Parts: sequence; structure tokens; C-alpha cells
Amino acid sequence: MTPLIRLEGISKTYHLGEVDIRPLQEVTLEIAAGEVVSITGASGSGKTTLMNILGCMDRPSEGSYRLEGREVAHLSPDERARLRNQVFGFVFQSFNLLSRTSALENVELPLMYWRSLPGAERHALALEALRRVGLADRVDHHPNQLSGGQQQRVAIARALVTRPKILLADEPTGNLDSRSEKEIMDLFGQLHAEGITVILVTHNPEIAAVAAHRIRLKDGRVQEDVR
Amino acid sequence: MNAWMILRLALRALVKNKVRTALTMLGILIGIASVIAMVALGQGASRMVEDQINAMGRNIVMVLPGAASSGGFSWGSGSIQTLTPDDAAAIAKEVPTVAATAPVVRVRGVRQVVAGSQNWVPDNAMGTNTDFPQVRDWPLDEGTFFSEQDVRYATKVCVIGATISQNLFQGASPLGQTVRIKNMPFKVVGLLTRKGTNAIGQDQDDTLLVPWTTAKRVLEGSTFNNVSQILLSVDTAGHIPAAMAEVTALLHQRHRIRPGEADDFRLMSMTEMASATAETSKVMSILLLVTACISLLVGGIGIMNIMLVSVVERTREIGVRMAMGARGRDILAQFLAESVALSLAAGVLGMLLGASASWGIQHFLQWPTQLSLGAVAVSLLFSCGIGVFFGMYPAVRASRLDPIEALRHE
Repeated sequence: MTPLIRLEGISKTYHLGEVDIRPLQEVTLEIAAGEVVSITGASGSGKTTLMNILGCMDRPSEGSYRLEGREVAHLSPDERARLRNQVFGFVFQSFNLLSRTSALENVELPLMYWRSLPGAERHALALEALRRVGLADRVDHHPNQLSGGQQQRVAIARALVTRPKILLADEPTGNLDSRSEKEIMDLFGQLHAEGITVILVTHNPEIAAVAAHRIRLKDGRVQEDVR
Repeated sequence: MNAWMILRLALRALVKNKVRTALTMLGILIGIASVIAMVALGQGASRMVEDQINAMGRNIVMVLPGAASSGGFSWGSGSIQTLTPDDAAAIAKEVPTVAATAPVVRVRGVRQVVAGSQNWVPDNAMGTNTDFPQVRDWPLDEGTFFSEQDVRYATKVCVIGATISQNLFQGASPLGQTVRIKNMPFKVVGLLTRKGTNAIGQDQDDTLLVPWTTAKRVLEGSTFNNVSQILLSVDTAGHIPAAMAEVTALLHQRHRIRPGEADDFRLMSMTEMASATAETSKVMSILLLVTACISLLVGGIGIMNIMLVSVVERTREIGVRMAMGARGRDILAQFLAESVALSLAAGVLGMLLGASASWGIQHFLQWPTQLSLGAVAVSLLFSCGIGVFFGMYPAVRASRLDPIEALRHE
């Protein structure tokens, strides 16, 4: 069976004047559908670069990236935008909700691109996503009227509203207290149970321990890859 | 994203920053308002000039006596009195494109016109011939114009304008009444139709007309036949230059002026005067339009400036949108729609302001204005264009942002 994601010899090189910076070198890994994967490593180990490449935000300099068997390493920016919209859901450490915009409208945001849905249908989908994260009673609240945990749940609803195959979360609990952290992790567990592949980038060992598939990076290389 | 969603997004963003939006719009608003008002004023002015030229009689050419000179010293216009009613008759006879001619004698020394207990000093007392109503395109309201007989025998008859009639007879018909001019009885035979004020503000209805012979022999006591001017009406506007050339040649011959000698007369066409006036007002309105365009340019730069600030402020939003799958062109459309909505709204408001300003000018300053649909359409298109032109650079910058960099932006 083809793995959901297969990276082979992925490197990323930045040219800064005379110096070459290589945050990723020869990374080869596989991720199966429905897994929970943690990517850990010290800062500067290439976690974020790897996540950007996995999420089609960035292109690798070398190597092959197969998503469901299809080569995506050299797609055009528009094609990558389409994959981000339809295959991936993103959750960020700092939530990245649009301020002065209601929770419902924040969740509707990804639905505005690549599809032409009538407004009523967009509302219904966004409402359902908010219900899934337990915020059906907060639809009209603006981000500054919500707690950190609630904001992150709105962000997760926004990631889920397009029914993605893969949820990419970059330090999703980095800005949260331990109670909110537990809520969010429970939510991820629930999504995993529903069959969504969850990729967690974190430096928190407790969170990494939740994942059955753990990848550890060091100096841009895979140091450990255990299932 | 469809057009409606883009528009709603743009309007929402503009409403979020009300003060900033209002201030940014001000430049375009003032620019469009002044364009609309200037064009309205210019068109009103040229229509007024046109009306006044038409009121003078269509296709009119004036022949004025020239300047006498002796020993290189000019005595100024009108210092020789060489034009005669015979010249007028000759022109009418010899130049086929001239439809009619009227010699005009300005009568000096008419102090008062008396009727019963009323008296009035007319602004303009003239002697002329029977073709005057045709030449000046000035029909009678009541009665008849004086006849060839009256001209031949210097009869004491007169035709008066509405202002004189009003002042002497208070609305009663002046026909058949007797007025006294220089203590001589004149019979009123006709009343001219009302014409209003002319281009230089004179009341044209304050006019008294008598046969030219009466003016010379009876009122001035002169035996000479010289007249103050001869009015010609040419059949069509296109024939005016040719007719003027023929009249010049004819008068050279009649006044025995050899080639190289100075003319003792001067020709002036009303169309020339009209086009000179029109030229002046055109230059004025072009200058004002240029000023308005500069203000539009400044307003456009203001929009560009604010849009650039907005792009920087919202870099993170752009990053989030890109992470959620927005393409460069989606971001471009979003920011472009914002700047076009901004400038178009300013254009519409400016149009309303300009229209009410020109209404105010007409209403309170009594200057004629004419709103033109063309100017309105062009202004709207223009403000739309400003939005596209000055919004393009910030929008392109937004659309070219790298999603990773944009998300990292603080």
C-alpha cells in the first residue's frame, strides 16, 4: 500500500551571500494514513522547515515528496495553494485568527477559496466545525473575547472545516496553560479516532509521547524514527 | 472567491478603519468634485456666450469707421466718418452672400424722452434703416417697423424697446402714442420684443430706434451722411470669411483706397469675437481641469500610500489566507477591490459634492452652470481607474508575499 506521505532525500538549502544554510539534509521518511506523528528536535534542528515542506508551504531544494503517490515537490505555487486548501489543515502556535472577525467568519475563511459555495452553506459548514470543537455557543465572539484554549479550538475548527486528510499542528499548545493543553490534546485524539492523520511539531516530550510514530530531528537530519 | 465575496471583504476592511478611509477618500473626493464643478461652470459660460452671440443676430459682421492718420500719428478708431448709408446699400447689392445691411447712427445728445408726465433717458438711441430687424434678428412685439417712406422723408416716428415702453407707459400699449424727443413730437409705431441684457451687461431693451435720416437731419441737425457703423448679416456662417473679403474689396473701390494705403474702415465678425471669448474660457477651464487632475493625482498617491501601509499591517492576515489556500491572484483581487471601492466611493461622493457646488454657484452667485452627463461618466471611470492604477502596486506586493515569511511577520 502506498504511504500517505513519502519523503526521499529531501534537502533544503538557503543561499545567504557566500554561506549556504542547510536546515534539512537528506531527510527520508514515510507517514501512513491515520497515524499520529510527532516531530521533535531542538530549535534549529529543521522541524519548522520540515513542517513547511510537508504542508506545501515551501518547496524542497532537492529530493522527492510523494503525497498519496503523487510527486508534489515541484508543483507551481497555485497548485500548492490548492493542496493546502484541500488536503491540509494548519494549526499554529499563535492561533493566527483574524482579529476583529467573528469565530464563525474565521472558520469560514478556507471555504472562500477554490470553491464557490453559497453563503448559507458556508455558514452551515463552519457552524458544524465549531460544534465539533465544542464552541457552538461562541460563534459571534471575536478572538479577543475568547480564552487561549478557545482561540486554539476555533483555529482547529478552521483547519477542519475543509475536511482535510492531514492536520499539521506547529506547537499547538505552546501558548496554552496545562488545562487547555489537555483539552486540545484530547481533541487531537478524537480527530485521530475519526481517521485524520495528525502531525504534531513540538519540543514538549509529553506531547510527543502521545504519538505512536515519533520522528526526532537533529541538525537537519532524521536522528530517530520509531513506530 | 467570486466578485460579490471580494467586494464584501473589501467594504468590510474599509469600514473597519473609518477615519482612515474617510481621510484617504478626501483627496479623490475633492478632485472629482472640482472637475465636475469646473466642467459645469465652463459649459455654462460657453452656453451663455453662445446665447448672447445668437441674441446679437446670427452671422453678423460689423463695419466700423477706421482710424485717421496724419504724418504717422493715428487719431484712433472712428476719427474719420467715411461710412455712409450708400455703402450699406452697395454692399447689400454687390455682395450676394450678404442677406441684408443696416447702417446705424448713434444719436448723441438725446437727453430725455417725454410722454405726458413721464420721462426716461434711453441708454441707446439709434437711427437705422428698415432692414434692421432682419439683420439683428430682432422682431417686433407690436406694431410695425418704420417704412422706406419714413426713411426717405425723415419722418418723426420711432420704435421703442420694452424697457422704455414700461417706463413711459407702465404696461399700456405704446402704439400710436406721441413721445417728445428734444422737444419734438415723435409717433411710436412699434414695440421691439424683449431681448434682455447683452454680453457686456447692457439692457438691450433700453433702445430707441428712428429712421437714420431723422437721426441725422432732425435730431442732430447735420447735413452729412456719415454713420457710426454698418451691420451686415451673412446668409450662412461658412460664408462669413468670403463675404468679409468681398466687402473689403468693395469698400476699397468705393473709398478709392489704393493697395498699400491704410484702410479707413474696419470689419469685425461676431463669430470672431465669440471664438475669442470661447478661447479665453477654454484656456481657463483647461487650467482649472489641470489643477483638478493634480489633486486627483495627489489623492491617488494617498490611496497608494494607505494601501501600502495596510498591506504591511495585514502581512500576517495575508500569510494566514495563503496557508488556507489563497492564491496570489486571490490576494491581489482582495487588495485591488479595496482600493477601487475606496476611490469609486470617493468619486461618487465627489460627484454629488461637485453637482451641489455647481447648483450653489448657479443659485447664489447667479453664474450659469450646466451639469454634463459626459463629465459625470468620465469622472466615475476616472476614479475607478485611479483605484486600479494606484492600488495595483500595493496589491501586487501583497500577492507576491511568501506565505512562510508573512506568517512569521510580527
